[in-house]
Amino acid sequence: MCLAVPLEIKEILDSERALVIQGSAEMEINISLLENPSAGDYVIVHAGFAIETLDIPEAEARLDLFEQMRTE
Amino acid sequence: MSNENHIPFIKLEHGSGGALSRDLIDQLIFPIFRNNNYSELSDATAFCLTEEALITTDSYVIDPPFFPGGDIGRLAVFGTCNDLAVSGGKPYYITLALILEEGFALASLEKILKSALGAAAEAGVQVLTGDTKVVPRGKGGNIFINTTGVGRRVFPFPLTPQSIKSGDVVIVTGPLGSHGITVLAAREELKAAKHLKTDCAFLYPLCSELFTFGSELRFLRDATRGGAAAILNEICQNQNFGIEVREEAFPVEDEVALAADILGLNPLEIANEGVAVAVVSPSVAAEVCRKLKNQPLGKGTAIVGEITGINEGRVILETTAGGRRILDYPRGLLLPRIC
Amino acid sequence: MRFKTELSNPEIIKPILRQVEALAGKMGKDIRIMEVCGTHTVSLRKSGIHSLLPENIKLISGPGCPVCVTPTGYLDNALALVEDNRAVIATFGDMLKVPGSKGISLSRYMGTGRVRMVYSPTDLLDMAQQSEKPVVFLGIGFETTIPTIASVFLKAEQEKIANLFIYTAFKVVIPALRALLDIPDRYIDGFLLPGHVSAIIGTEAYSLLEEPGGVPGVVAGFEPADMLFAILLILRQIFKGENRVENGYPRVVKANGNPRARKIMERLLTPSSEPWRGLGIIPDGSMKLKDEFRRLDADVVFDLPQIKDYDPPGCICASVILGKKSPVDCSLFGKKCIPENPVGPCMVSSEGSCAAYLKYGD
Repeated sequence: MCLAVPLEIKEILDSERALVIQGSAEMEINISLLENPSAGDYVIVHAGFAIETLDIPEAEARLDLFEQMRTE
Repeated sequence: MSNENHIPFIKLEHGSGGALSRDLIDQLIFPIFRNNNYSELSDATAFCLTEEALITTDSYVIDPPFFPGGDIGRLAVFGTCNDLAVSGGKPYYITLALILEEGFALASLEKILKSALGAAAEAGVQVLTGDTKVVPRGKGGNIFINTTGVGRRVFPFPLTPQSIKSGDVVIVTGPLGSHGITVLAAREELKAAKHLKTDCAFLYPLCSELFTFGSELRFLRDATRGGAAAILNEICQNQNFGIEVREEAFPVEDEVALAADILGLNPLEIANEGVAVAVVSPSVAAEVCRKLKNQPLGKGTAIVGEITGINEGRVILETTAGGRRILDYPRGLLLPRIC
Repeated sequence: MRFKTELSNPEIIKPILRQVEALAGKMGKDIRIMEVCGTHTVSLRKSGIHSLLPENIKLISGPGCPVCVTPTGYLDNALALVEDNRAVIATFGDMLKVPGSKGISLSRYMGTGRVRMVYSPTDLLDMAQQSEKPVVFLGIGFETTIPTIASVFLKAEQEKIANLFIYTAFKVVIPALRALLDIPDRYIDGFLLPGHVSAIIGTEAYSLLEEPGGVPGVVAGFEPADMLFAILLILRQIFKGENRVENGYPRVVKANGNPRARKIMERLLTPSSEPWRGLGIIPDGSMKLKDEFRRLDADVVFDLPQIKDYDPPGCICASVILGKKSPVDCSLFGKKCIPENPVGPCMVSSEGSCAAYLKYGD
């Protein structure tokens, strides 16, 4: 029930739409479910909508934790 | 195109053999396909092949008939020529039979036929003969095309799974999944994948390169419906070997990967029209890749796996994460999902 | 994107796996973890993580497959609208292959214009404006999808688009979890909770798991390392006899989820009690249009018959959806019931347990 993809916002087009990119590929999505999205944010995209913004510090912290587990 | 009545759409009478049929052939079809060697285009055409000949036939019912990067005409010519090429043949001649639905636009027909002619020229094949039939509205699919291709055998070794040995190397000649997703997006008007293009191309130059390796080339097939996953399963089904491939090794273009991700599809299961799968002996694998990469169509060539003596009849995928699962024959309709 | 590739990196996965193996080894007995969400069922197998887990960790697929839990009668009503030429049906790809009680699916009408597939509900507004016939959208999905659809239909109402309707079959997760917890003879030791549903509802929504007699639940993402680490967290809790809700996907999921998305959902829809295929009525387990939006409701506008459920003989989907039985326990699995000719919903849906088990191996 949850197929969604993390993508980077390249440009905010208007209050409802944004352009997202992955590598050289881009597409338009709806951002009306988000509070204050900005270009550069990473968002989770499901059915053409961004449903949440990625918390980058949390993502980094998780990776750091996994790196730590490697050295344990 | 000029005719007295100037009817822009196909009517049933265009297929009945009468005056309108004659008009269609004389004013639209003949002018496109008439050439120096075959100026008459009669009911049957004579030709000669001095060596062992290969023959193949295929029908094309793709919907929609026009899609980004190509159309049914181009597909019908290249598809059949590719079947000859991957069977060890150089294509020479082709036939073109059309089944048109009443109401199909003549302008579209003209475009498709010109595209087919262009593809034939690119492939160095001549259209020798053809046929045109019309079916009532609702009984067809705009336009169906059948092409029969004849070629000369240039590669003397069999290219069947029986030639494959454990330890042989599996190679794909380019990035996967473009054609199928492009057509799906065009048919269902999926804006999410509108920048994609088909990879429809003539594979003989790549095949010709592969033929220089003689019997070290064990198997060759073009990866059409069902994608790479279908071919890989076809290769080892009912054989005494299995195939092991690595997920990381399969080339996929960014746009195709993104469209596949959001639509919930797997590029390995999606049709291609410009990619071949080859199995070669390990001693020539590196050289094969080097040579193919020098070809315009082969830049994305990659070794994706090996033939194994275990897991007979199955394709095992080593996932990016380091796990293993079967890569099954794609089953059921290819449909996107959001769940 | 660094973290996406890193989360599939075998060098990251191996150390987590070692800890899973060590703990599972210490515990010895079978540990049964339910993957609530169909996307987890598929991702665990597609990524190969499933193949790496120790023998005694048993993953059970749950009811988080919106297609699987939609009664056949819903499909029959949709098909009737197309067959009687009363409306064009627009739907996500997932529903196209589902057979109605006569064995026909909506995919039969693809390419005719009578059934249209969408990737995003945003495509519906243009589609309705360009369509001479009424367009009825099949509104299926859990809380990940519901706000996206609600957003579009609120807009349709605002712009007074006259020929766009919705036939709702929305399901929500928490009442289903309640139903699973209430089953006597508990066979679930822990829940792998759906990452993207949780992004909407928040980890706070799962407090029922922390009640006495509950089981641990860890919210998980869908990358290989996410899923494996969440399984480790569940094991640790089971080992210590705890039943807490843990957030294993903090980069996306917050404690209070996405309030804006929930508000949009709750503006258009209200809880209702409808039958889930094979499970019967789950109280407040569904959502339907509020009265003030009746004009958008296909059920009302087209006076659709009440939904009858129909389970083909020999089909044990109801038990599979609950995790009581495995697909391999079904006599039809892989023989009479195959993707090309599915008998029950678990084989039809790409996320259904049976389809996943058959495709990726067990």
